[in-house]
Amino acid sequence: MLPPPKSDGRLEKVLRAGLFAVTAELNPPDSADPHHVFDAALVLSQVCDAINATDASGAHCHMSSVAICALLTHAGYSPVMQVSCRDRNRIAIQGDVLGAAAMGVHNILCLTGDDVTAGDQPGAKRVFDLDSIQLLRTIRTMRDEGCYMSGREITVRPRLFLGAASNPFAPPLDWRPHRMAKKIEAGADFFQSQYCFDVPQLESFMKRVCDLGLDEKAYFLVGVGPLRSERAAEFMRSNVPGVHIPDHVIERLRKTPKQHKRAEGKKICVEIIQQVREMAGVHGVHLMAYRQEELVAEIVEEAGLMVRRTAGGATPNGWRAGRRPARPGSHDARRHPDGND
Amino acid sequence: MGLARRLQNHPRLLAVGYKANLWIAMKLKFAIRMVGEKRLARWLSAPEEFTKRRIFDCKMCGQCILHSTGMTCPMTCPKNLRNGPCGGVRPNGHCEVEPEMRCIWVEAFERSQMMTTYKDELHILQPPVDRQLEGSSAWVNLMTGKDRVTPAGWGDTPRAGG
Repeated sequence: MLPPPKSDGRLEKVLRAGLFAVTAELNPPDSADPHHVFDAALVLSQVCDAINATDASGAHCHMSSVAICALLTHAGYSPVMQVSCRDRNRIAIQGDVLGAAAMGVHNILCLTGDDVTAGDQPGAKRVFDLDSIQLLRTIRTMRDEGCYMSGREITVRPRLFLGAASNPFAPPLDWRPHRMAKKIEAGADFFQSQYCFDVPQLESFMKRVCDLGLDEKAYFLVGVGPLRSERAAEFMRSNVPGVHIPDHVIERLRKTPKQHKRAEGKKICVEIIQQVREMAGVHGVHLMAYRQEELVAEIVEEAGLMVRRTAGGATPNGWRAGRRPARPGSHDARRHPDGND
Repeated sequence: MGLARRLQNHPRLLAVGYKANLWIAMKLKFAIRMVGEKRLARWLSAPEEFTKRRIFDCKMCGQCILHSTGMTCPMTCPKNLRNGPCGGVRPNGHCEVEPEMRCIWVEAFERSQMMTTYKDELHILQPPVDRQLEGSSAWVNLMTGKDRVTPAGWGDTPRAGG
């Protein structure tokens, strides 16, 4: 029998149903106007199952993930709240998690967080009271045991689908699948990976993940995103922690005439989605289109992921049940939605 | 790199030292009752800091898990991670925060692969650090068991450190 769902959210429903999930990252505004969040969410919600609210990613200050989730849940969207260990200690984080669940957040992504030196305020104090694995275990305890880390009781437990990050492209490469196993042991239900530009490397990683049987224990969403130009790619490679872009991708963009660079970047992204979709152990994609949100819908459509999507998108009730016709040998045909736990 | 730091690249040798240390600590448990915990800590923390700082760049967190992490101190990670590397490790295996330094988890992984006894302890889920123990002697905490106390909501107890 299928284990009972851990949350009431759409993302978990989609993944349990064996459908190919799409999540997208919302670029947090540097503004106090809620409409900047709503405008950005509207573009994404039509084409994805959950919207990620980032927690000062790259150690740059923006509107907080808790606040974005408050706005999004109020408007009826289904966010993934990102929680990083960089800025808050265990007391603050546990309080935020309870509050988020009360607001209607169903998914939480537990991250270590980029270091303060990656951002524009490198003099800030770094907290790192917990690491991402301890954070996962803490929130799982809150959900499953109904108590804080101290053992003190929580009267109504938060119902949450717990996520973790994975970077298959950073050393020590041999350890990465085992680290994923440790995160699953700590409570991860789904993974969202770092940007994937190197499909062969992801393939060898996923093979080891499947050999360890981890694809049956958690869902894996591959991080993808369009590159604007070779300069943007080189900037990302050297300034954004953990991003690995092979030379041939940059070379391909360099050879493209200037007016077609954006289209080429989008094309690369679509090709990667189509390749990873066929890969065993992959259950979805996570789109990160930094300052190019308008491309997300086009990418989802061109990658052929629009089939079951109707207006309403990432709203909790807007999801229309029904299977996308499975192609023979495709991922959906192979996988049965009882993989979790 | 000093001679003492070079010892870190011989984790099997260090593991033997650790085992001896653990044996002595367990045998000396009675000393706590005789001389008192505070006095014993006064005697032991200076030699502990002296040796462990020279070999491991020890940060005196007071709850040592060195043998589980390839005889590499996890507190030397700028993010203080206890359970493995973050996703920011550079392609050359260097640290996200300090580009000149090798990621201590890359080193921990390599060294743990050289070990025999504690090789698989790298996969143990390490509980959060008790910040109250910072600056205290991990050797004494090992004898009293304080280094293995986890918050009530955490559940199981980790294995002995040293």
